[in-house]
Amino acid sequence: MIPQTFEYTAPKTLDEAMVLLEGGGKPLAGGMSLIPMMKLRLATPEHLIDLGRIKDLDYIREAAGELHIGATATHSSVENSALVKAKCPLLAAAAGAIGDPQIRNVGTMGGSVAHADPAADYPAALQALEAKIVIRGAKGERTVSAADFFVDAFTTTLDAGEVVREVVVPVEQAGTGTSYMKMPQPASGFAIVGVAVRVRRGGGKITLARIGVTGLSNIGYRASAAEKALEGSAGTADDIMKAAALVTQGVDANSDLHASAEYRKHLASVYAARAITAAASKA
Amino acid sequence: MKINLTINGKKYSPDVEPRLLLIHYLRDVAGLTGAHIGCETSLCGACTIEVNGKSVKSCSMFAVQADGADVLTIEGLAQDGKLHAMQEAFWNQHGLQCGFCTPGMIMACKAILDHNPNPSDDEIRHGIEGNLCRCTGYQHIVNSVKAAAAAGAGK
Ligand SMILES: Cc1cc2nc3c(=O)[nH]c(=O)nc-3n(C[C@H](O)[C@H](O)[C@H](O)COP(=O)(O)OP(=O)(O)OC[C@H]3O[C@@H](n4cnc5c(N)ncnc54)[C@H](O)[C@@H]3O)c2cc1C
Ligand code: FES
Ligand code: FES
Repeated sequence: MIPQTFEYTAPKTLDEAMVLLEGGGKPLAGGMSLIPMMKLRLATPEHLIDLGRIKDLDYIREAAGELHIGATATHSSVENSALVKAKCPLLAAAAGAIGDPQIRNVGTMGGSVAHADPAADYPAALQALEAKIVIRGAKGERTVSAADFFVDAFTTTLDAGEVVREVVVPVEQAGTGTSYMKMPQPASGFAIVGVAVRVRRGGGKITLARIGVTGLSNIGYRASAAEKALEGSAGTADDIMKAAALVTQGVDANSDLHASAEYRKHLASVYAARAITAAASKA
Repeated sequence: MKINLTINGKKYSPDVEPRLLLIHYLRDVAGLTGAHIGCETSLCGACTIEVNGKSVKSCSMFAVQADGADVLTIEGLAQDGKLHAMQEAFWNQHGLQCGFCTPGMIMACKAILDHNPNPSDDEIRHGIEGNLCRCTGYQHIVNSVKAAAAAGAGK
C-alpha cells in the first residue's frame, strides 16, 4: 500500500505554514487518519504541509480559567498531562480512551477535531465541555463553539486554507463529577458509542448536567433532553435511568457492520446511565 | 528529499521520496528487517518501533517525518551480544510462538515498562492494545512483561 506521490514541506512556524496552505497544501499532523487514507488512495493530496515541526502549536497551558490545548498536542500528552488530569479530567479520560498507545503517541487534538470522524472520542468530551475551537486562516483568527464546529461526518466549518490552532476547554469547577464511558470497536478501538458526562450538585439537586455523545450519529452532539431531565432532579438511580433513556431522542442513529442503529441506541442509553452514575458519584 | 536520522545509534543520511513509509525505509533500504509488516493498516502493531523514545507504528509514518529523529528498532535492543531483559523474558516465558508479532510486541512491552516499571495485568493488556498476536493468546506475553518487570527492566 503505497500512497500517490506528493510534495512534502515541514515549516517551522505557523506563518510559513499559512502561506503554504493558502497555496493549496494539505495539513499533516499525526497522520493517524490521513496516512491510512492516503495508503488506500482515498486521499491523494498533492502537497503535504507537516505541522509537526511547528513548536508553537504543541502546548497545553492554563490561562484565565481555561485550558488551551495546542493543535499538535498528542493524545498521550493530553492523557498524561498533570494539568489536564487535575483541571479537566474529562478531557484526559477521553484522550486515554483513543485507539492504542502507539496511536495516542502521534495522533493530535487538531487532527482529530479537523478530521471529525463520527466515531472519534474527543467530540463527546468537547460537546460536554462546551469547548471552543480556535481557527487560524489567511485573514486572521476566529473562534467557534464545538457545537458549531462539527457539521457532519468528516465535515467541519473549516474552510480551505484554515487550520485548527488550539482547542479551549474550561477549568472544571470544584465539585463537578465527570466520566467518559465508551464501547470500543474491538479491532480499531474507535467508539461504537461513547458518552461524556459532567454533573454538578447543589442543595440536594443536580444543578448542572452536560452530556456529549459520539459514535451514535454522524456527529457528536449534546443530549439536551437528557440534560434537562437530570437538572433539578435529585439524581437518584431512577432519575438517571429516565435521563439516560432520553440521550438518543431525536437522533438519527448510524448502522454499520459493527452495530445496527437499534443496537447503537440501546448501547448509548446503557453507557449514558453508567457514565452519569459514575460522574454523579464524584460530584 | 535528503533526511538525517539515527537508527540504533548509527547515523543514516538517505535521499528518500516523501511517500516512502518509514517501515519500507527500514526494511528495504536500511536492511533492518526486524520490524515486520503485518496489516500495513495501522492495526496490528507488528511494525512498532520507537521514534524519539515513543512507540509508533512505522507503517503509518513517512520516513521524512523522522528527519532528525532518534529511531530504535528491535535490532537495537540487545547490547554487546546480551539480550535486553524484555527479550530474555519473552524467551524464558514462551512469550512467542510463530514470532511474527514479536518484534513489535517486545517494543510495545518495553514502552509499558519505560512508563510504569511495575504494571498490573490490566495495565499490561491496556499497553498492548495496539498489538495483535495470533498465536499465544496473550497470557504468556503478559507473563513475560511481569518477568521483565521483576528483573528490573523498567527505567
Ligand atoms: C488504529 C487506529 C485506531 C484509532 N482509534 C481511535 C479511537 O478509538 N478514537 C479516536 O477518536 N480516534 C481514533 N483514531 C484516530 C486518531 O485519533 C487520529 O489521531 C485522529 O483522528 C487524527 O489526528 P492526526 O493528528 O493523526 O491527524 P492527521 O491524520 O494528520 O490529519 C487528519 C485530517 O485533519 C487535517 N488536519 C490535521 N491537523 C489539522 C489542523 N491543525 N488544522 C486543520 N486540519 C488539520 C488533515 O489535513 C487531515 O485531513 C485511530 C486511528 C488509528 C490508525
Ligand atoms: S503493519 Fe503497521 S500496524 Fe500492522
Ligand atoms: S507469536 Fe505468532 S503472532 Fe504472536
